[in-house]
Amino acid sequence: MEGKGGGAGAPRGRGRRLVASFNSTFDALAAERLCRAAGVPGRIIPLPTQINADCGLAWSMPADSAARQAFLAALDGSVTPAALTELVL
Amino acid sequence: MIYLNNAATTVRKPPCVAQAVAAALAGAGSSSRGAAEDDLAAARLVMEARFALAELFGFNRPERVVFTANATLALNTAIFGTVRPGDRVVATAYEHNSVLRPLSLLAAERGVRVDYVPVAPSGSVAMEDFDRLVAPGTHLVVISHASNLTGSVLPVAQVAALAHARGALVLVDAAQTAGAWPVGMAELGADLLAFTGHKALMGPQGTGGLLVAPGVEVRPLLHGGTGVQSALPHQPAGYPEHLEAGTLNTPGIAGLGAAARFVAEAGVERIRAHDAALRRRFAAAVRDLPGVMLYGEGDGMDHVATVALNVGDLDSARVADELAHTYGIATRAGLHCAPRAHGALGTRGQGAVRFSFGYYTTEAEVDAAVAALAEIARGAQ
Repeated sequence: MEGKGGGAGAPRGRGRRLVASFNSTFDALAAERLCRAAGVPGRIIPLPTQINADCGLAWSMPADSAARQAFLAALDGSVTPAALTELVL
Repeated sequence: MIYLNNAATTVRKPPCVAQAVAAALAGAGSSSRGAAEDDLAAARLVMEARFALAELFGFNRPERVVFTANATLALNTAIFGTVRPGDRVVATAYEHNSVLRPLSLLAAERGVRVDYVPVAPSGSVAMEDFDRLVAPGTHLVVISHASNLTGSVLPVAQVAALAHARGALVLVDAAQTAGAWPVGMAELGADLLAFTGHKALMGPQGTGGLLVAPGVEVRPLLHGGTGVQSALPHQPAGYPEHLEAGTLNTPGIAGLGAAARFVAEAGVERIRAHDAALRRRFAAAVRDLPGVMLYGEGDGMDHVATVALNVGDLDSARVADELAHTYGIATRAGLHCAPRAHGALGTRGQGAVRFSFGYYTTEAEVDAAVAALAEIARGAQ
């Protein structure tokens, strides 16, 4: 699965990620549902503390334009993220 | 036992329901209380159930499908969350105590005026009475989709159109129809719709919900943790968290979701036809038994698969007890939490014996009930 750790006790590598935050848990999970169906790379993570949003879940994906476009195409306006933020995670 | 008390609960469930509950108990974490895989699994189960129920009820806002412990909590949430002191409310005499008691309390303690649309001795309700009682200024109209006593399906869409023309909200109690009869938010004109999971939907007990149409303001009845916006001193405004305080019954909701998908796949129209055939078979066979009195048969309405009757002047509890202990047939005697309906039908003292059929009821079971009732009726002569 994309983003899984490297094994018990292994530190996770840091890297730039594009993080979508949401106004509700429903929106976050609806986005996950759509992304999974469309094969958008990424996964749900706890909302990083650098981001202020109403929901404690966020969608983390590679910080590249292909992922961003695939993400927005999957949502197709049916779910609106609160923000898209690039972070080093 | 032949279980003909399906208006109370369904005993036989599709196998997928218990499987979904067991799977959730064995591995689901806490919905909306973490982002680890087990917690996300729980959140996804709840989410899929919301989608399944929204689709079943023709409702395009699944986030506004709010889960509750039962229809009673859904109805209380809707009533206490919309009615303010001094408001005017109209309900029907068919309503269940889960509506009557909150309204009685509001009338006694908060100056709410409650008018009840009467039920005729035949079981019928008159649109003229709705027209007379739903006056301009009425804030809320509460109406059962179907009576839990006679099974009569009320003219909800007509009433809703009238209520909306007078500026009132419409709360529909679909406890007796969800899963057994087409229930569409838009078709019914419901602003709020309460359902239970454990009757015709065949989900687990301890499940139910409230559908809240966009734009309808409901003050929360319960206040507490939601897993989101934790710094707020009050309930979040967004749905479903606005009306969902506290950890959800994830195993139950997982079972409810499985049940809703099963019902959708089986087809509500097909279930309705199955139920209607059983009801016709039973009513036709018992109608002319000596001393048997059916209620609501001539009310001019359609019926879900529920039949209320009495045998002469026998205590309804005695008849139900004999059915259970001599014949192994479960029915329900007494007042069915519907005292005003019994008052209208003249059965407040005697109660009535209610036979209610469901998805898994067979013709052979109906025939066994007919034969048992015939013996009881002959013995009472």
